[in-house]
Amino acid sequence: MLYRETGQFKTSYKADMAVFPIRQDRIGLAIILLLAFVAMPLFGGGFLLSAVMIPLLVFALAALGLNLLTGYTGQLSLGTAGFMGVGAYACYKLTTFFPEVNLIVWILASGFFSAAVGVVFGLPSLRIKGFYLAVATLAAQFFLQWCFIRIPWLYNNNVSGAIEAPVRTLFGMPITGPHATPELRYLVVLSIVALLTWIASNLVHGRIGRSWMAVRDMDIAAELMGIRLLPTKLLAFAVSSFYCGVAGALMVFLWYGSAEPEVFSISQSFLILFMVIIGGLGSLIGSFLGAALIYGLPIVLKSLFPMLGLSVGAATVEHITFMVVGAMIIGFLIVEPHGLASIWRTIKQKLRVWPFPY
Amino acid sequence: MNGQTMSGQGMNGLALFSRRDDSVAKGEPLLTVENVSLRFGGVKAISDVSFDIRKGEVRAIIGPNGAGKTSMLNVINGFYHPQEGRISFRGQTRRRMRPSHAAAQGISRTFQNVALFKGMSTLDNIMAGRTLHMKRGFFWQLWRHGPALDEEIRHRRVVEEIIDFLEIEAVRKTPVGKLPYGLQKRVELGRALAMEPDLLLLDEPMAGMNLEEKEDMCRFILDVNNAFGVTIALIEHDMGVVMDLSDRVVVLEYGRKIADGAPDEVKASQAVIDAYLGVAH
Ligand SMILES: Nc1ncnc2c1ncn2[C@@H]1O[C@H](COP(=O)(O)OP(=O)(O)O)[C@@H](O)[C@H]1O
Ligand SMILES: [Mg+2]
Repeated sequence: MLYRETGQFKTSYKADMAVFPIRQDRIGLAIILLLAFVAMPLFGGGFLLSAVMIPLLVFALAALGLNLLTGYTGQLSLGTAGFMGVGAYACYKLTTFFPEVNLIVWILASGFFSAAVGVVFGLPSLRIKGFYLAVATLAAQFFLQWCFIRIPWLYNNNVSGAIEAPVRTLFGMPITGPHATPELRYLVVLSIVALLTWIASNLVHGRIGRSWMAVRDMDIAAELMGIRLLPTKLLAFAVSSFYCGVAGALMVFLWYGSAEPEVFSISQSFLILFMVIIGGLGSLIGSFLGAALIYGLPIVLKSLFPMLGLSVGAATVEHITFMVVGAMIIGFLIVEPHGLASIWRTIKQKLRVWPFPY
Repeated sequence: MNGQTMSGQGMNGLALFSRRDDSVAKGEPLLTVENVSLRFGGVKAISDVSFDIRKGEVRAIIGPNGAGKTSMLNVINGFYHPQEGRISFRGQTRRRMRPSHAAAQGISRTFQNVALFKGMSTLDNIMAGRTLHMKRGFFWQLWRHGPALDEEIRHRRVVEEIIDFLEIEAVRKTPVGKLPYGLQKRVELGRALAMEPDLLLLDEPMAGMNLEEKEDMCRFILDVNNAFGVTIALIEHDMGVVMDLSDRVVVLEYGRKIADGAPDEVKASQAVIDAYLGVAH
């Protein structure tokens, strides 16, 4: 009785086409936003905000970006970390060149740089598909990481070879550097992620999202609907890389504080791909669920063993995480290719007809 | 709610097919195929075939398996580029064109093996058929309110007319991959109709259907032709259906045209009888 659409008749197509047509979903979303924007910064505490929530949001944004490309448009990419790196380095160059401009402007602007790079590496997608395209994006990954190491101009010739976030302020308060409060950093990350998620939701629910999915599901038929394949795929590469780039900039400036090129290595790309697979290909909420699961699992495991009275080393926890994630990926691919998001949908469907079995 | 319906409503107040293209008069050739040959390596799929499709008619293309019927449709909508010959649509001649260009010209089709967007709902599949009619660009889409949403609602209304017409209201929100085969074929017809084509190419729309489904499909095809005035090219194996539906029939065998004319004439032609009885050549 709690989760029902019965009795909620749509009197217009507008109401029926809303992203959340069921009232309970809208209430649920409002509660989540309230918790995230108000309760979390008030009661969350420094550790939860900087070590759990900020990373989770950054990963969710990167996963969402990859999901637009792989889940919605069907173009497999292994270059995610490379595109994130482009965003991070672009943001670093921009804010050291023009320190007076607000950092948030540069974080968003750096997305355009990774979008441009994404389009270049998306060009082969007209000719090649699937496995071979994945290899092409792998080349992008290695090439970009090579740039981050070999082009000293990108890191302003630092001897360390790393980029470090300079102190920047928002309304007179520092948002980067050692004196930035977790609350403020969290709120900035949350606002950007919420805005970009809302935009992604607008895109996938309209003409552009349908074109992406049409190309994914049956490209010859899509072409016949007048959907031109190359521009559609390149747009997906651009938007996806924009999201990854912004996620990369957020990662370095509002989470790590500094970063070496290894942060943007192939294993990071795989991690985000796993988040998308476990969360659910072609689902926005799945990107969040996947990020929460993969990033949250080691944290939970680390505190779970001491609670059970077992002393387990950090390395063992890491290994257990790998094994659990690996097993889950295999499990999901076999049993539930649409990931956590699909399980979530099934639960909602069950609730809708509860307490009757069908 | 009917604040901003499409300009100039058609028959029955339907928004669908309200903007007909009348540059070709009824009964005049809408599409002409001249001396088309198509080879795949050594395989000659089509050899020197010519015929035309007149505005407003149902034109059947028949022939045994492997005769080159599907290849012919692929040539017409730009998937295959013939080595020889020419194709004119609405008086415009071309040798090469991309499928998306053919779509923009007003040619749509269904496939022999259903080619729906499996992960999308019935509604979204048919909405995808409206893509060419939707104009709001990327920056409007970022902000899915105002003009982009108005446009979406306008097209949703057209799509709902198609859904009503094809009697698939009950599966509106079902992912098409979960629908039975017969319904999938119907959704595919709906998606093709959503483009408001001038020429609709149907590749074995009744294959694998039971009698009742076939009758429904026949009714839809006749309605599309009569009520909406869409010219149809139809590939079909069931001779009864061909005789009932079509105005003229072209017969292919081994990539050659062996007969062309009214259904009764074609049925009586010796070449066709031989082809269908499998007389050795
Ligand atoms: N893409 C292709 N590559 C190679 N041969 C093809 C291709 N498409 C069709 N053919 C060949 O062309 C001939 C005609 O096929 P098709 O047009 O599908 O016949 P029909 O639809 O009449 O059954 C067949 O011999 C088939 O093998
Ligand atoms: Mg065929």
